Amino acid sequence: MLNPDLKLNPKIFDTDVEQQPIRAGFGEGLLQAAESDTRVVGLCADLTESTHMLAFKKQFPDRFVEIGVAEQNLAAVASGLAAMGKIPFLSSYAVFSPGRNWEQIRTTVAYNNQPVKIAGSHAGVSVGPDGGSHQALEDLAIMRVLPRMVVIAPCDAIEARKATLAAAKNDQPTYIRLAREKTPIITTEATPFAIGQAAVFFHSTGDFKLLTDKIDVAIVATGSLMHESLLAANALHQAGKKVAVLNLPTIKPLDEGLLLLLARQAGALVTVEEHQAAGGMGSAVAEYLTAHFPVPIEFVGVKDRFGQSGTPAELIKLYNLDAASIQAAALRAALRKK
Amino acid sequence: MALTDEKVSLLEEKAALIRRSIVEALIEAKSGHTAGPLDMADIFTYLFFHALKYDPRKPDWPYRDRLVLSNGHICPVLYATMAHAGYFPVEEMLTLRKLGSRLQGHPHREWLPGLETSSGPLGSGLSQAVGMAIGDRIDNGHTSGRQIYCLMSDGELDAGNSWEAAMLGGKEKLQNLTVIIDRNNIQIDGFTEDIMPLNPLVDKWRAWNWHVQEIDGHNFRDIDRAVSEAQAVFDKPSVIIAYTIPSKGIPEFERKFEWHGKPPTTPEEIEIALRAVRTLGGRIEAPHHD
Repeated sequence: MLNPDLKLNPKIFDTDVEQQPIRAGFGEGLLQAAESDTRVVGLCADLTESTHMLAFKKQFPDRFVEIGVAEQNLAAVASGLAAMGKIPFLSSYAVFSPGRNWEQIRTTVAYNNQPVKIAGSHAGVSVGPDGGSHQALEDLAIMRVLPRMVVIAPCDAIEARKATLAAAKNDQPTYIRLAREKTPIITTEATPFAIGQAAVFFHSTGDFKLLTDKIDVAIVATGSLMHESLLAANALHQAGKKVAVLNLPTIKPLDEGLLLLLARQAGALVTVEEHQAAGGMGSAVAEYLTAHFPVPIEFVGVKDRFGQSGTPAELIKLYNLDAASIQAAALRAALRKK
Repeated sequence: MALTDEKVSLLEEKAALIRRSIVEALIEAKSGHTAGPLDMADIFTYLFFHALKYDPRKPDWPYRDRLVLSNGHICPVLYATMAHAGYFPVEEMLTLRKLGSRLQGHPHREWLPGLETSSGPLGSGLSQAVGMAIGDRIDNGHTSGRQIYCLMSDGELDAGNSWEAAMLGGKEKLQNLTVIIDRNNIQIDGFTEDIMPLNPLVDKWRAWNWHVQEIDGHNFRDIDRAVSEAQAVFDKPSVIIAYTIPSKGIPEFERKFEWHGKPPTTPEEIEIALRAVRTLGGRIEAPHHD
């Protein structure tokens, strides 16, 4: 069952659930943050409309800088603006930023400790027809390895808006991962969000605080595959398995407390992300649990391959990121329990 | 107003002290860069002892001018000048590059108050200076009294990021931004025009709509005229290409690219270097060709 305290979208499992691109939530959040704080400025590298910075640009033209196709400059100029007391948000596609400008982000933002907010859109294979060159599958790995960098992958447009607002206030270098394709709305305005906090969205027995009941397996998901994860959990639940789903929007810092409780209760996990299985959220979870409470983990993610052209749905299936693949991985993890 | 003879003499004396601090620190550190710090000593001296607005007792004073050192490897000259300007005791120069020192091998702004950025990897300083100049304009429009200075090497102009920043600076007409390029013609692997030719350098900057000046980087009157002119230019950022002599002040090391990235280490080298910087008598051999 869904966690009632979180006021999730009651239509999550309906076929006509409302859908919105996660990136749209970033645009709304940026506008809202800029309205309440004059220090917020925006920078874009020739992708203003598709990264949803256009509304901000129109409303605050004097606080918007068009950098052109120059992502290295994008990051370092933002650092300079932060040095003058601004709260810069920069946006591009994740393959270019933080892909192309990783060293500028490392040196001028993270090492330099400037509170620049980096929005990387078009992450994952669900970018679709543009093909593998434009499908960022490595961004979580290269960002979470940077000291000081906060890394967030919101699960829907509403969470993306809240994450953007929270990033405007956290005074830290922050990466927000966004997806292009429309995905189901999972949360509501009333769903709590805080950087660094995970939440149990689904639990077969209703023990959302993870205190008592033993379960067969738990799914830990981040970003755009949350809906597929919930579908997988619901199917497993219908089939008689006891399962939980943890929404882990902040990959860094990890909500270690909740992960520990989840691992203790489930004894086996499957991690789900639209990213390389290597180096991403699953790796972060494994690094923590291996040291503190080792349990079998299956990793749903892209397995050392690049993306390709296709429809988002075709690609999610082809790369074994769909609900059926998550279900199968969950069963494998449960079987590995001693 | 042009520099008086007294002011030029004072700057020459300061520059000699700064060169001495640089060399003594490098010898003690046993690693670091020699050529660039020595060839930029006159320009740093001019900036800190004549041009820049700052308060060493309040390094975060908001109305200070900003000095961004893009080529972080020449930080011994920045540190030495800051020390002589009162940011920290000159003796601390001998901690350069050692464990726990505020004087990191490449500058980190959180270690030493007064540093505006952390740098080392080349080619990104101008971007940060451009961001500062835009931030200043957002706050103050064209009335700001703050100047943003960016000091760059010629070698780092190989990096595309430098030109991305140059394009944006020209587009945004950042009149509050002045770049000074250390045109010493050397980089690690050899002479710049052999490694990756930069000439015609003036034309390149003009093409991006910058106001361009060329000066003798060891002549205080030249430096002063160019910086003053840069601040008078309206609706354009300025770049000053300062021709300098690598390792200026130690004749035996001058113009040799081998001294780009190493300090004097052998007893002979140390003796040559110390003799040169300790016997300048408060004056450098500045070419007064005006």
